[in-house]
Amino acid sequence: MEATVALAGNPNSGKTSLFNALTGARQHVGNYPGVTVEKKQGTCLLSGRRVEIVDLPGTYSLTAYSLEEVTARNYLVNEKPGIVIDIVDASNLERNLYLTTQFLEMGLPVCLALNMIDVASKRGMEIDTEALAVSLGVPVVTTVARSGEGKEVLMRAAMKELDAPGLPPSIPISYGEDIDRVLAQMKQIIVKGAFLTGTYRPRWIALKYIEHDEQILAQGQQADAAVAGELEMMAARLARHTEDTLGSSPEALIADYRYGYIRSILQRGVIRYTGGRNRLFISDRIDKIAVNRFAGPLIMLAVLWGLYNFTFTFSELPVAWFELFFGWLGGLVQTHLPHGLLRSLLVSGIIDGVGGVLGFVPLILFMFFGITLLEDSGYLARMAFMLDRVFRVFGLHGSSVMPYIVSGGIAGGCAVPGIMATRTLKSPRERLATLLTVPFMNCGAKMPVFALLIAAFFARHEAVMMSVLTLIAWTGALLVAKLLRITVIRGPATPFVMELPPYRLPTFKGLVIHTWERTWQYVRKAGTVILGVSIILWSLMTFPALPDSRIQEFDQQRQTLRAAEADIVAESGEDSPTSELSDEAATLRRQLLAVDNRQAEAALRYSAAGRLGEALERISGVAGFDWRTDMALVGGFAAKEVIVSTLGTAYSMGRVDPEKSGSLSRALTDSPNWRPLTAFSLIIFVMFYSPCFVATICIAREAGSLKWGAFSMAFNTVLAFVLATSVFQIGTLLGF
Amino acid sequence: MYLTLKVSHTKHNKSCTTNRTPGEYEMNRIRLRNMEKEQSGCIAAITVGGELGRRIRDMGLVPGTQVTVQGRAPLYDPIALRLMGFTLTLRNKEADFIEVEVEK
Repeated sequence: MEATVALAGNPNSGKTSLFNALTGARQHVGNYPGVTVEKKQGTCLLSGRRVEIVDLPGTYSLTAYSLEEVTARNYLVNEKPGIVIDIVDASNLERNLYLTTQFLEMGLPVCLALNMIDVASKRGMEIDTEALAVSLGVPVVTTVARSGEGKEVLMRAAMKELDAPGLPPSIPISYGEDIDRVLAQMKQIIVKGAFLTGTYRPRWIALKYIEHDEQILAQGQQADAAVAGELEMMAARLARHTEDTLGSSPEALIADYRYGYIRSILQRGVIRYTGGRNRLFISDRIDKIAVNRFAGPLIMLAVLWGLYNFTFTFSELPVAWFELFFGWLGGLVQTHLPHGLLRSLLVSGIIDGVGGVLGFVPLILFMFFGITLLEDSGYLARMAFMLDRVFRVFGLHGSSVMPYIVSGGIAGGCAVPGIMATRTLKSPRERLATLLTVPFMNCGAKMPVFALLIAAFFARHEAVMMSVLTLIAWTGALLVAKLLRITVIRGPATPFVMELPPYRLPTFKGLVIHTWERTWQYVRKAGTVILGVSIILWSLMTFPALPDSRIQEFDQQRQTLRAAEADIVAESGEDSPTSELSDEAATLRRQLLAVDNRQAEAALRYSAAGRLGEALERISGVAGFDWRTDMALVGGFAAKEVIVSTLGTAYSMGRVDPEKSGSLSRALTDSPNWRPLTAFSLIIFVMFYSPCFVATICIAREAGSLKWGAFSMAFNTVLAFVLATSVFQIGTLLGF
Repeated sequence: MYLTLKVSHTKHNKSCTTNRTPGEYEMNRIRLRNMEKEQSGCIAAITVGGELGRRIRDMGLVPGTQVTVQGRAPLYDPIALRLMGFTLTLRNKEADFIEVEVEK
């Protein structure tokens, strides 16, 4: 029989390290059914026996208030793992055992892993594991998860406990006379009515009624309204009684008694301190500087700048390799397939589209490596601590800073890893508001568009414009976050109550596993949909094709040009670069190219996308956009840098490389349809309109519903349109 | 808003400082928000229920726990506390619900 072991414990207790030590590479990440909480599973071979290991979300408690806690609780109740390995941080035993008491209350078979025992002894703590095991009634094994020390002993102890017959002995914790009495009465009623007893232990159900646990109350109402009503009444009566006599709610008393129980055990000789208990450790000494009022923010800026540079400098080369590879692939198809629809679909549709998204992979890999490093070392929590006051004003959380930075808070990031970085946020409403607003940041794909427009119309104020745009993006994102938090994501701030874990040197293995896991998720998420969307966008820009009569017109023009002297025609058709040709041949080649480009423009205008652009012109005119811009913006949904290349085609420039758009920017300057105000209006629109489709999909996945992806597309586009129109109309009124 | 329960723990207060003869120290009850850096005290009461109350208690801030203010964020909020050998941060607004006995 295959055994299942659940790993549970507080955040920062070394749970993930132990999971990695036990399972190595034999692990995979999924989701718990119906929720966006990550479910990590792996296998471990133990003297020929396959053991399935499930890493539960790290929690401090098991209330019904947070998604993680409910998920962990539901898993333990519904899946009934053979044993729960509860990882506790030995250097922080008192608080870690709080969760343990809740497992014991549930009557689960528990095996305690006393982790980071080395840190504890360095801190001058001596722990009597025997005494602890006897007091709690569960096996206790000391481990050092970072090095894997003690993992075999732990697994053997866990298996022994798992194979032991009968229910685990439960040591009932006393919650004081009043509560204990009511608990006993409720238990009788529950047993008699077989009330939810198929799922939970009777005493635990009673305890949850007294704690006023929303989830259990709702389940109780469904199961048996009569018994539920009686229990609720008893709980209410008890609450009134404790309020009157002790001035405290039963829920508060229960928490007090749990800690009382833990303290009574620890004081019974389980733990001995040599040296001061609250003396300053290395971590605290680092914090004296790292979160210092003056040095703290400066160090934070340096760290952010470092992370940013690390990501973009180191990923530059691999990103270039990816581009080179897809360019090579495109070239290969180009030369080996005949001119036609299939070639166009493969090159412009699939290879460009898929390549564009997969090209992000190295960037994302490095970005996640950096974030994992900050997270595992404990610095991320310090950043959240220092910046919470600022972000709170906008209904966000201190931890929101990371996603914003990654998305382009310092111009040039990417919203996709930014959206995925919101996972470090544990507050649901703050997290949603963050992930819906990070796409406003100036990501790397918007930069070529801005660069083009700035070069064309604001060339003299380049540096100022870039800073202004960064400022506008931040202001916009934070204000929209605030707007969302007082409208669609209304609700009180989630309590900040957050631990500052001691600084730790991350293990290389942990970093690699974590980084790979996140990157692979991106590839899977983006990869599954990208193909379809690439083909759709390609079709929009290709069909309907120009009617034959129009194509003949262009062929005619080419014929006329080629009617020149034969040797010049032959020379212009050679592979040699234009500069080496004779003047006549060079002119002919340019003229022929101009015809090709005009044909591409005509084809684009004739296509569904072009018609859409023309249809939109009537509305978009108020923001100053013509059909070419509209169509480019539609294409920009695939990836923002497509805006530049589509504009290029629309202005008969042929294929424009987004990095070298000088000729296009001159064309824009010369066009009668464009003036600086138009450009500024477009910049604002590009900054705020619908996230690109990979980002949209990530939003939908991370928010747990397609609804939010659709909301992002619609809301952002409307917002962008309103802003751009205001800019254009007010600017026009002011005479710009 | 958080469900605010009227809670005071005077009647079953487990005092931090044991063996204290009455009148030896003048004890003063203040809100956690008003504590100064490096100042220590003993939690006397948590005056909030609901999720916030539960979170605060789950992290070990129950009557009888000894806490020391480790510092404040650069903008004076949140506040970092030292208790039971670890560091906990909470916002001033949340610290308002925590009453602490400090030496005068």
